[in-house]
Amino acid sequence: MSVKKIYKEQPKTFKFNDKSMEAANKIVSNYPDGKQQSAVMALLYIAQRQNDNWIPLQAMKYIAKFLDMPYIKVYEVATFYSMYNLSPVGKYFFQVCTTTPCMLRGAYDLVKVCKNKISEKENVLSDDGKISWMEVECLGACVNAPMMQVNEDYYEDLSDKKLEEIIETIYQNKTPKPGSYSGRINAEPVNNRKTLLGNKNA
Amino acid sequence: MLKDEDRIFQNLYNDSGADIESAKLRNDWNGTKEILEKGREWIINEVKSSELRGRGGAGFPTGLKWSFAPKEVGSRPHYLVINADESEPGTCKDRDILRFEPHKLIEGCLIASYAVNAHKCYIYIRGEYFNEGQKLQTAIDEAYKNNLIGKNALNSGWDLDIYIHYGAGAYICGEETALLESLEGKKGQPRLKPPFPALIGLYGCPTIINNVETVAAVPTILRRGAKWFSSLGRAKNTGTKIYCISGNVNNPCNVEEEMGVPLKELIETHAGGVVGGWDNLKAVIPGGSSMPMLPKEICDNMKMDFDACVENKTGLGTAGIVVINNDQDIIKCMARIARFYKHESCGQCTPCREGSGWMWRMLERMAAGEATPDEVDMLFDVTKQIEGHTICAFGEGSSWPVQGLIRHFKDEILERNKFDPVVKKNKNIPYLVDQHLLEKENA
Repeated sequence: MSVKKIYKEQPKTFKFNDKSMEAANKIVSNYPDGKQQSAVMALLYIAQRQNDNWIPLQAMKYIAKFLDMPYIKVYEVATFYSMYNLSPVGKYFFQVCTTTPCMLRGAYDLVKVCKNKISEKENVLSDDGKISWMEVECLGACVNAPMMQVNEDYYEDLSDKKLEEIIETIYQNKTPKPGSYSGRINAEPVNNRKTLLGNKNA
Repeated sequence: MLKDEDRIFQNLYNDSGADIESAKLRNDWNGTKEILEKGREWIINEVKSSELRGRGGAGFPTGLKWSFAPKEVGSRPHYLVINADESEPGTCKDRDILRFEPHKLIEGCLIASYAVNAHKCYIYIRGEYFNEGQKLQTAIDEAYKNNLIGKNALNSGWDLDIYIHYGAGAYICGEETALLESLEGKKGQPRLKPPFPALIGLYGCPTIINNVETVAAVPTILRRGAKWFSSLGRAKNTGTKIYCISGNVNNPCNVEEEMGVPLKELIETHAGGVVGGWDNLKAVIPGGSSMPMLPKEICDNMKMDFDACVENKTGLGTAGIVVINNDQDIIKCMARIARFYKHESCGQCTPCREGSGWMWRMLERMAAGEATPDEVDMLFDVTKQIEGHTICAFGEGSSWPVQGLIRHFKDEILERNKFDPVVKKNKNIPYLVDQHLLEKENA
C-alpha cells in the first residue's frame, strides 16, 4: 500500500522552482493544445521530486491552476496512482517487491530485514530519519528477483545479507550502488548462457 | 535451439551498447527509408503475412490491427501509442528492450506510425521504469539529431514526433483503454468497448496501441521478409518471443526463443533447471500471473505458443514463466497473486472490486487451513461471477489463476481444509453466488 494518508503538517504554500517550471513547461508542450490535462501525472511527479519525495495539498492546488483543471481532478489522480506519496517518506525510500515471483525467491526475508533494521512498521522512518520502507507490488524485474526499488534505482538479485549491507552503507552516509547484487550482468543466466555468445565474446 | 542469427534482439544482454552507432552495427535503421517507400499497403500486408501476433498478452494479429485505422486522415489526427506499462507479475521483457534495444523500438514506431497515418507517437512507460525511460529518451534524442525521426524523417516526407509519458504505478494502465485515460490525465479506468480505440481512442481520435516487443520486432521482420519470420514456429504462431523465466529455477533469465519451444527445454536449457531437479517441479504459470497455472504432468510435454497454451486451458500471455517447485506452498503463492489483484483493481466494476478482495481473503484462509470443504466450490463460484462480468479483462486476469489452482490442486486444498465448525450453519441459507447449483437444481 502506498502512502495515501494526508500528512497533518501541510506547508502553507507551494510553487515550482525554476528547474521544475522548465520541466513542467516542456512536458505540457508534448501534448496538443487544450489537452494540457495530460501533463498532470508528470507534474505531480515533478512536484514530488521538488518537495523531498512527497506531495502536499498545496502542490495539487497549484498544479490544478497551472493546468486549468478542477482541483478535485488532480486530487483524484494523486490518490489513484500508487507512486505519489501524500506523506513524507525517508530520503532513501525502500520499496520491496513481494509479489509471487519475488516471494518465491525470498522477498519476505528482505521484509524481515527491513523490519529489524529500519522500522517495525511500514512507512515509519528509521531512527535516524533516513530510510523508510514499504511492500509494493510487482516492479517488473522478475528474473532478477528478489529485488527492490530505492527512489529511482533498482537493486536486484538480493538476499537478506546483501540487504543488510545496503542498509549499513546508508547508515554510514554512503549511497549503495544500484543493479544486480549477485554479480551477474542484466538479465542473462548466470554461468549458463547459451545464446548470443558471439556478441558476448566480440 | 534457435540459431543466434535468427534472434531479433541481438543486444538483449547489452553486450554491445544501446547507442545509435552500436545499434546501426546491429542493422538497425538499415534501409528504413526504402521500407517506407514501399508504401502503407505493402507494410501492412507484409506484417499480415508474417502472422505477427501482439506480444503484450492478448495475441491479436498486428497487421489486422493496423488495417483498422481509417485509410484516410479525416478531421481528427491519428495517434500511435506504445504500451510499455509492463506490470504483469513474471514479465520483464520490455524493460530490456527499452534500455538495450531502444532503436529497434524507435524504428518500429516510425514504420508503424507511417503505416497507420500517425504523426504523433506516445510511449507510455510505467513510472517505476524511470531509468529505462531516460535511456529511451537518450535514444530518441539521438534519433532526432540524426533526422531519423522528427520533421521529414529520413527525408521520406513523413513527420513523426515521439514523446514519453510516464505512468505512476497502476497495473491497470496496461489495459489499452485505461492507458488512454491515463494519457489524458485521468484515473486509469478502462473504457467500454466499442467504440474501439482504432476509431475513437486518444482524445477521441483514431489510435493504434501496440506492445513494445511487437513494434520493436517489426523493422527486422520487414528487412528480412515475412517469409523468414513465418518460417519460425508454426502457422498462426510464428516468429520468436522473449521468454522471462523466473521463480524456482537455478538461473532465472530472459531469453529469446522460437515460438512453440518446449517449456521443458526453456527451463532446463536456458534457466538451468528447476531447483531440486525436474521432478521437484510443482507447477508453472506460463504467461504472467493472469494465466492459469499448469501442473507438472502437462509441463512435461508442453509447447510454448498461443494455441498450444489455449489447448491446455491456459494462455501464452506475456510469456512470463513463473516456476514453482515442491518446496513452495502453492495455495500461499496463489493467495499472494490474489492480493496483487485486490490491490490493483481499479474499482470501477463491482464484481472485480469486491470479488478480488473476496478471493484473496478466502485463499488466505485456505492457505492457513481455516476454510470448510464446501468453501472451495464457493470460491470457484466467485471466480465465475467475476469472469466475463467486467468492463475489461482484469476480471478474467484475476479469476483465471484461482480457477487454475482449483482445477489442478483441488485435492490439496481439500486435504488441508477440513474445518468443521461446532455450530453448523443452516445449509439452506442461500449464499449470494451459487453458480454451481444453477446447473443442478432450482437454486
